[in-house]
Amino acid sequence: MATANINSSITAANATNRVHWFKYAAPNNFYFLAGRLIPWSAVVAAVLTVLGMIVGFLVAPTDFQQGDAYRIIFLHVPAAWMSMFIYVVMAFWSAIGLAFNTRLSSMMASALAPTGALFTFLALWTGALWGRPTWGAWWVWDARLTSELILLFLYIGFMALQASIDDVRRADKAGALIALVGVINVPIIYFSVQWWNTLHQGSSINMKGAPTMALTMLLGMLIMALAFWAYTIAITLYRVRCIVLEREQQSDWVKTAGEIL
Amino acid sequence: MLSVLFCVAQRDLLLAFRRRSDVFSMLSFFIIVVSLFPLGVGPEPAMLQNMAPGILWVAALLASTLALNLLFAYDFADGTLEQMLLTPEPLTVIVIGKVLAHWIISGLPLVLLAPLLAVQYGLPADAVLVLFYSLLIGTPILSLIGAIGAALTLGTRGGGVLVSLLVLPLYIPVLIFGAGAVGAQASGMGAGAHLLLLGGVLAAALALTPWTTAAALRISLE
Repeated sequence: MATANINSSITAANATNRVHWFKYAAPNNFYFLAGRLIPWSAVVAAVLTVLGMIVGFLVAPTDFQQGDAYRIIFLHVPAAWMSMFIYVVMAFWSAIGLAFNTRLSSMMASALAPTGALFTFLALWTGALWGRPTWGAWWVWDARLTSELILLFLYIGFMALQASIDDVRRADKAGALIALVGVINVPIIYFSVQWWNTLHQGSSINMKGAPTMALTMLLGMLIMALAFWAYTIAITLYRVRCIVLEREQQSDWVKTAGEIL
Repeated sequence: MLSVLFCVAQRDLLLAFRRRSDVFSMLSFFIIVVSLFPLGVGPEPAMLQNMAPGILWVAALLASTLALNLLFAYDFADGTLEQMLLTPEPLTVIVIGKVLAHWIISGLPLVLLAPLLAVQYGLPADAVLVLFYSLLIGTPILSLIGAIGAALTLGTRGGGVLVSLLVLPLYIPVLIFGAGAVGAQASGMGAGAHLLLLGGVLAAALALTPWTTAAALRISLE
């Protein structure tokens, strides 16, 4: 009898000490959490961007084949990574939103889309700037370029569909479905340089074996990738907060929240 | 279950037969788009021969996106679609029936018409045959994938343009393999690989899209 009591009190204590993650599935709780996270990620993004730029433009050696033109990779490669990764995250939140009918997941998916589209555009744009001196053409109809362009259309389609539906819950679900259908494109982009032997060079980084580039180049690229991550987190949380406020404007907590964070 | 499928398909075919003008305007659109290209790029036979598969396929893609509003819009407007969702029959079977009927009225005429237009472009006989096969395998995929877009955009603002924006990026693999088959035949590689890949896409679309479309219909009509 006594042991049972102790056991139950221990589990109760554990339960109170544990972080209640599901608490933050409620938009009103998440709103304040996001408010606390935004400044930190924004500062991290700014610091890492400056650091990455210094490493990329001042420290990293000049490439013996491509000269200084290669330095665009410090923007191009992280942007291309983010463009694919954000789509997968968007599809993930869409799936969670569809499966568990959680409002915040769908809001996350809508908040991620513009940033994903931005990075996709950035990857295509910087790729064109790199392609001109290196390949001698702004654009080639290469498998990876084409599939990245399709990714941009998928982002635009997702946003256009959500914008055209007035009922937000229906917009969430319709967008989620189209995001999940489009996710099939991401592995096609990622493996396109392996499946089709195309003009776009293969990956310079793999998990097995030594990297085929100078360590400082790799370092600059990774720092920039982390900077883009932090930027994405900051801007997405900012956008989510706007969406939460917009949708919950009728509820009491928004009226009392005022300007605190 | 099969009886439901055929019942739905038969009903849609009958309705389409009563509203023949919809199908005819779509076919005229297909013919006009294809005929515009020689006027725009010039009538050199060698170039037209090279461009023919691509042009015919792109025109087929555009025509089939235009035809997508025939799929659910009328039934949505008069409430039949809601009744279909309420029946105890599986919605995916109803969707397959509707897509089948839609392909017969919008895809099959394109397949039958394309060889004639290909002859206008001076394609050799074997290339015309490959084009016919590639369209025969490819157009059902267009109807299957397009059904998702048509279901999602029911009753939204700017439905027509929106459905093209959603569906055309998803059509791209079909376009690449379909038009590529004719190109591969012309270059002497043989169209087999492309046609088999297209068949694989058809099998995957047949297995996956009816469920997705059914989910989309439930979202749009809840």
